[in-house]
Amino acid sequence: MRVALFIPCYVDQFYPQVAIATLKLLQHLGLEVHYPMQQTCCGQPMANGGFEHLTHSCNSNFIKAFDGYDYIVSPSGSCVLHVKDHLHDHQQETKATQIRQRVYELCEFLTDIVQVQSIKASFPKKVALHQGCHGQRGLKLAASTETVVPWFSKPVQLLKMVEGLELVDLDRPDECCGFGGTFCVTEEAVSSAMGLSRIADYAKHDAHVVTGTDMSCLMHQEGLIKRRKLNMQILHISEVLAAGL
Amino acid sequence: MSREKILAAVKQNKPAPVPLPEMLSFAYPVTDLTAAFTAAITKAGGATNIVKKGQPLTPAIKALFPDAQRIADFIEGDTTTNAALLQQPALLDVVVLKGQLGVAENGAIWVTDKDCVERVLPFITQHLVLVIDQPTLVGNMHQAYAVMGQQNPDYGVFIAGPSKTADIEQSLVIGAHGPRSMQVFIVEP
Amino acid sequence: MHTKPIPHAEAASAFLENKERVQWHDETLWFVRYKRDKIVNEIPEWEQLRDLASQIKDHTLSQLDQYLGQFEAAAIANGVTVHWAADAADHNRIVHSILAKHKAQKIVKSKSMLTEECHLNEYLETQGIEVVDTDLGERIVQLNKEMPSHIVLPAIHIKKEEVGEIFHQHLGTEKGASDPLYLALAAREHLRQKFLAADIAITGVNFAVAETGAIVVCTNEGNADLGAHLAKVHIACMGIEKLIPRTEHLSVFLRMLARNATGQNITAYSSHFRKPQPGSEMHIVIVDNGRTTQLGREAFRNSLKCIRCGACLNTCPVYRRSGGHSYHNATAGPIGAILAPNLDMRKNADLPFASTLCGSCTDVCPVKIDIHNQLYQWRQVLTQEGHVPAAKAAGMKVMAGVLASPARYSFAGKWARKLLRWFPSLALNKTFNPWAKQRDLPAPPKESFREWYQKNGGSK
Repeated sequence: MRVALFIPCYVDQFYPQVAIATLKLLQHLGLEVHYPMQQTCCGQPMANGGFEHLTHSCNSNFIKAFDGYDYIVSPSGSCVLHVKDHLHDHQQETKATQIRQRVYELCEFLTDIVQVQSIKASFPKKVALHQGCHGQRGLKLAASTETVVPWFSKPVQLLKMVEGLELVDLDRPDECCGFGGTFCVTEEAVSSAMGLSRIADYAKHDAHVVTGTDMSCLMHQEGLIKRRKLNMQILHISEVLAAGL
Repeated sequence: MSREKILAAVKQNKPAPVPLPEMLSFAYPVTDLTAAFTAAITKAGGATNIVKKGQPLTPAIKALFPDAQRIADFIEGDTTTNAALLQQPALLDVVVLKGQLGVAENGAIWVTDKDCVERVLPFITQHLVLVIDQPTLVGNMHQAYAVMGQQNPDYGVFIAGPSKTADIEQSLVIGAHGPRSMQVFIVEP
Repeated sequence: MHTKPIPHAEAASAFLENKERVQWHDETLWFVRYKRDKIVNEIPEWEQLRDLASQIKDHTLSQLDQYLGQFEAAAIANGVTVHWAADAADHNRIVHSILAKHKAQKIVKSKSMLTEECHLNEYLETQGIEVVDTDLGERIVQLNKEMPSHIVLPAIHIKKEEVGEIFHQHLGTEKGASDPLYLALAAREHLRQKFLAADIAITGVNFAVAETGAIVVCTNEGNADLGAHLAKVHIACMGIEKLIPRTEHLSVFLRMLARNATGQNITAYSSHFRKPQPGSEMHIVIVDNGRTTQLGREAFRNSLKCIRCGACLNTCPVYRRSGGHSYHNATAGPIGAILAPNLDMRKNADLPFASTLCGSCTDVCPVKIDIHNQLYQWRQVLTQEGHVPAAKAAGMKVMAGVLASPARYSFAGKWARKLLRWFPSLALNKTFNPWAKQRDLPAPPKESFREWYQKNGGSK
């Protein structure tokens, strides 16, 4: 099984530790993991901004980078959803289709493909989980509270395997944090207000660590937390799952 | 000419035919329909009174509305009094009407223009009393329409509770424009 | 109407200045969603109902011309006069002509988002006719000379103290009164007089049944019925998308509408009007106003399935924090943002961007409209049609170039991180960088992951 690591551009540039944790976690599970140097970005910032028509060369480059792997795994629900929904290239649509079918967010890859039963990590802290919307509602990493379906959550399933970790219940378990790509600057006021609501929810339930499946949501919330000098740590779920490995 | 323009535009722009789904009949899981109906109508701000067939309703209605002067009772009341009261419907305190069926899941009662004498009566009265026969209770709306769906009255209404509003800060106020209360008599056979 | 409105972001930012009110607005609407969640979870077949409702609407739209014809024929046979309006102006003229024919001066109107969309009240005012909105929330905003800010809860942006002041000025209630019960009863007395005196009643339509020609109107207050039954003439205004094929289909929609809208089992009144009252007239005005255009837009046509429950507004984290007026459109929130550009792209180009694409609207929708996907699609259309700022377009072009090449991407990333380390104040400049207004940037690491990987390789 050849697994390609797809690291979102902003994680590559600003959160290399998240990529390293993801790599370590996958290697720890005995997988053969490659990081194709050809990769840049999935093109989501342009597409969500209304410029999907400019993503063609980005898409071609993505296909060039990830063609031929059995699985493509990424520590980001949002970027994976974008690839799944929008990766097309009329000159090589077969390859694009194959990639769309083979791309997985880290948690779903672990629960559905690797089917991990246990993780050796230890993280004895009170943790709040921020469910990134694209992962949750888009990739269906977890049941959304709007729908009447049996409850499930792939991230929670994994976090429960971590020794000592106490997951807090939130008042609004799956409300958006307000990051939203370019939304976070074009609608700065609403974006910040949404993020602060999330943070108030974590604080109310005494969580000192916030984790999630998308570093973009977490970057936005971390920015708000740091500005207010709050005693709250932000960690990507890969970092929590790899804690103590 | 707007008609032709609109229909032509619809014809041109509508998608390829999509089949009409088969209607599913969803069973209602509760067996005690009276209790379920009572719970639903109570939640909607109404109340139920269970009576036996043949038992007179007038004393019970008088007891419920001791101060009511103008009661138009179209079940036990006399026609002359009712006709006089109908001259000024806006002054009615209580109107008593027969409902055709009740829906346990939501507390709604089906009333047609034939049942309500004047269409405005169930709305303009200060208090509304609806009387239904217990055997007419059905589980949910699918069952309700299965019973009266082909009836097609000139006018019909599902009434589920008194008139209400929450338009000021989402505070519930019973008695918006219509009845300030709703009492349901469920007549058991 | 014809000038460009204040962009959503700007209006939202102004709304957010009153922190206390925003918090109330957010929490109150969230509570409505909470009540909705609770009650829909009492229906185990909820998801099946959503599928069914969606399929019935999809089917109806695919044969809408036939169903409109069938509905019209049935309505005429019922003794109802049917009118067709191509656009808002047409609609307003038709309504006015009916009023004029009856020399009507006293008009009551129950809730109708369509008449809001057509700006009927303003039009009739220019003709010297006053319309009294009888839904309590609509009456409040009407007296306050505003538009509704929510399709189901029109006055959700107004606090009870303000209602007290509005009623004090217009209805003569006690100054300083803020008790909702007192205020609602004052409105009851005020509006009862209006109902009793009305010449003509205008109502909206929730559902129109093709096979019988009946229209169904749902209210909690009973105002549609009081108006329609007391006046000699009833005018019902409906968009072409209100049709459903058969009476039995109402069972699906009436089980969902109130539950999804306000967390009630059903509205207090679900009234089925088929024939006019003896001695009265009934008119139905069937309105297009852009709907056939939307029907022709493949990506957006299923927005016409909407039954106006308002749940997507209640659940939308952006709506809850920006208020309905920030959408500068009769219908606010996510559904408004996918309907409005169809009416006027230039004016409403900002709305599809007023979303994080979180998808909650899509999951809460009772007829399964893929609202967030349509927001995404509108962004593409608006960009292609040239309705985005030139600077944004230029920036995106540069970004596309950088991201197409690993070399250019690595180079740009490296220098961005260096610049941030050397000149941290750059990142915190609130004028140039809206991010920094309330947020810090992540500390730029010395090396990117790819740099680390090149050094450490895939080794464990």
